[in-house]
Amino acid sequence: MSDKLTAKDFATSQEVRWCPGCGDYAVLKAVTKALADVGAVPEQTAFVSGIGCASRFPYYIETYGFHTIHGRAPAIATGLKLANPELDVWVVTGDGDGLSIGANHLMHALRRNVGLKILLFNNEIYGLTKGQYSPTSRVGTKSPSSPRGSVDNPISPGQFALGAGAKFFARGIDTDKVGMSDVLQQAHAFRGTSLVEIFQNCIVYNENVFADFTERKNAANTQLHLKHGEPMLFGENNDKGIAYNPDTWSLGVIDATKAPDDVLVHDEGNAVVARLLIDLHLPVALGVIYRQPSVSFEDSFYAHHPSRMKRTKSITDFIRGPSSWTVSD
Amino acid sequence: MTDNDPIALNSRTHAQSGISRSSNRLFFVTKNKDVDSIVVRLAGDSGDGIQLMGSQFAVSTALTGADFATFPDYPAEIRAPVGTTFGVSAYQINLGGGSITTPGDTPDVLVAFNPAALKVSLPLLHKGALVIVNNDAFTPRNLTKAGYDVDPRVSGALNDYQVVAADISHLNLEAVKEFGLSKSEGSRCKNFWALGLLLWMFDREFDSVEAWINRRLAEEPTLRDANIKALHAGHAFGETAELTASLSQIHVPAAQLEAGEYRGITGAEALALGIAAAGELADRSVLLCSYPITPASPLLHQLSRLGELGVGTFQAEDEIAAICAAIGASYGGMIGVTSSSGPGIALKTEAMGLAVSAELPLVIVNWQRGGPSTGLPTKTEQSDLYQAVYGRNADTPIPVICASTSGECFEMAIEAVRIALRHMTPVILLADGYLSNAAEPWRIPDMSAVAPIEANAVPESDEDPQRRAFSRSQKSLGRPWVTPGMPGLMHRVGGLEKDIESGHISYDPANHQSMTDLRAAKVRSVADFIPAQELESGPDSGDLVVVGWGSTYGPIFQAASTTGTSFVHLRYLNPLPKNLGELLGRFDKILVPEMNTGQLSTLLRDKLGVDPVSFAKVSGQPFLISELVEKIESLKGKTS
Repeated sequence: MSDKLTAKDFATSQEVRWCPGCGDYAVLKAVTKALADVGAVPEQTAFVSGIGCASRFPYYIETYGFHTIHGRAPAIATGLKLANPELDVWVVTGDGDGLSIGANHLMHALRRNVGLKILLFNNEIYGLTKGQYSPTSRVGTKSPSSPRGSVDNPISPGQFALGAGAKFFARGIDTDKVGMSDVLQQAHAFRGTSLVEIFQNCIVYNENVFADFTERKNAANTQLHLKHGEPMLFGENNDKGIAYNPDTWSLGVIDATKAPDDVLVHDEGNAVVARLLIDLHLPVALGVIYRQPSVSFEDSFYAHHPSRMKRTKSITDFIRGPSSWTVSD
Repeated sequence: MTDNDPIALNSRTHAQSGISRSSNRLFFVTKNKDVDSIVVRLAGDSGDGIQLMGSQFAVSTALTGADFATFPDYPAEIRAPVGTTFGVSAYQINLGGGSITTPGDTPDVLVAFNPAALKVSLPLLHKGALVIVNNDAFTPRNLTKAGYDVDPRVSGALNDYQVVAADISHLNLEAVKEFGLSKSEGSRCKNFWALGLLLWMFDREFDSVEAWINRRLAEEPTLRDANIKALHAGHAFGETAELTASLSQIHVPAAQLEAGEYRGITGAEALALGIAAAGELADRSVLLCSYPITPASPLLHQLSRLGELGVGTFQAEDEIAAICAAIGASYGGMIGVTSSSGPGIALKTEAMGLAVSAELPLVIVNWQRGGPSTGLPTKTEQSDLYQAVYGRNADTPIPVICASTSGECFEMAIEAVRIALRHMTPVILLADGYLSNAAEPWRIPDMSAVAPIEANAVPESDEDPQRRAFSRSQKSLGRPWVTPGMPGLMHRVGGLEKDIESGHISYDPANHQSMTDLRAAKVRSVADFIPAQELESGPDSGDLVVVGWGSTYGPIFQAASTTGTSFVHLRYLNPLPKNLGELLGRFDKILVPEMNTGQLSTLLRDKLGVDPVSFAKVSGQPFLISELVEKIESLKGKTS
């Protein structure tokens, strides 16, 4: 092999066509960097996307790429992974693509634990169709299709994932280089479906919808960066902590300097705490929220197949069926 | 006749029925029927094991060398309310020494497990047919459910038939008493009891049925032994002295089949083997991605047992996921196949467009059934031809081929894969509910004589990978099958329009025109590779030609042969064979019988500018030879 590839080696010649200032640029940069960092082999890597702004992603990555149809990327990627389990298969989807029209496929990819790295760009809006409210939009979202504010309750990507039996759920913020780099590498290393929700800012139709926790100046107080085995601390001086409140069966913020022993230690394998962390708001939980190693779908599929999808017999061994007879002239 | 009397024969039947009897044989002679053939119909409740009994009878028939055709006719409900007419499940088999191509118009033998089965089947029989009924099921309650005011066994309703009324339930339970089964378990053996009787009547061996029971119930020795006992008991019942007085064993002579090795096969079995064979011919693994739907599921079941042929099956979460996973598999270098029936095919439509746009190979099998909507899930129809040829958004042409018989599903499956790989396109293979379940003897092909299937090679060049991935063959317009994992060929595909040369996204108006033209030309080019259309039978010019497609082959063949009419049967529907227009032009009139409202007629009018006479039937039942003969004769009569 040649020398180690850099992020630039994963960029294509295609002109990137997202709106200037779109959060997608930062994610693209984070992904190309992560590919270089994990030593991804371009020809062994495929990006499969659905429809939406984020789904243009494959055109901009120098690997194999398949820009498919609305919502169906997880199903197509499942077929691809079964056909060639050696491939690194990434799926790029959005809140509309993955949680509305394609929610069924996302759910089934998750419960099967297919070896896919699914990047869910959540901007809480339909961008490509010019700004209608999406399944993650908050109640009251004003949009061209909801001029008086939307009335639908939003879906929580994390709760959806865990409800579907996801074994890996993580979160990152588009512009958070350090956090994204870590989350993407963890997702890459996971055997099974790793779902990464990326808070992505749509500068045109839903600007600053996540500003209450993504703005850098207040990030220390609004973001909880989780690390397995470490206490859940945040704040300017890591002086705040997350504790369990048994009276309300929920998580709350405490003064970590006063009661350090009450601060929860992050256990990625704890699905109950993961659910509470997903709902936590200010701080917002980021990083790997839940990880439960398990056998991947493709590993089970091949292990259960009598010949691991190889041809070990000929059609002539089967063509006679249970019984045959001969007719002579 | 009383319920205690196991056998009661109506003595009036023979003289009236046209049954001629020689020492040890019964020949049933009826109009427009295959000589030396007998049609047997088994009917009962959905839970009576009729389909199982029928298929085992078919296997034992095959082993004697008789030709046969079968027609499973069952309700959509898995276990419809017992004793009702709409819950009747039936299995019809036509067996004989001549060429058998249909399950027969009118049964000669009926086994009716209850009054409802008798009520539904009686109008199908010709006078003089042998009717075997289960006395035990003729209770007042069952008679009421079947809509009989008076017991048909005593009302005279069966006067025109030869009746054997046996206490099948009771005799069966007696036979299996020793095994200590519950009443319901014991009762479930009665299909094998009746099969035993039938095997005796037709002079069949037990072996294949016993072997099947031994295999199937290996883990449950008590049930296994009870079913074998029931089989023997039914056979012994037939052999008893009381019976031989009134019933002769029926011998069907071996058929005049072409020399070779044969097996019995259903369309689902043949199509599964064909798909697996295509994988071997192309030296690729196969992934069938499918969602359960009647009557397509048997293909999923069949292929899931052919793993050692490099075949995998993926049961997807829905119809859309099924085709999408198949597309993903094709993109990854396996032969992607999806299979469904009309409503499921409708859901797959958008994804077919993706495969067309991305120029990926894919086989889409449609086991057509009655519609619209859920329609008649278990009944056959040919009404998805428009959907296959015309039914997509935008200009999205796809080659469409079809299978005429159960056995032909094998070669058309290979043909579908061959076209898909050569032209890098999805291919629709039309079959139907009748073919899926119907069994016939099938001459086992010599696989060494079948040409390998070649995928288009990636051209050696210094051009950029995107361009190389879309460098198309001049003859087939198929592109190379470049799959992830191949070094140095990373490229992007998708549903956006692409430049005809570079393969990059293009919104250029002239390019879209060129790409639309190219997609049409690609499908048209399939006609350069397929065989010229030939006549199935009859003179090569004249006043009338009958044109068919799909599973109507059998009845049309018989009707055309009977009347000496020219017969053309299509396997390639889009594009049509190049010589078809010229061939049909040699006739004054074209008759198109089909199980829809005239879809092939429309297609021929559209593509060839001819004006066929449509003979359309959508009753959920295959054509009868007699009704086709009548139509042909009426048209001939009008030709001066």
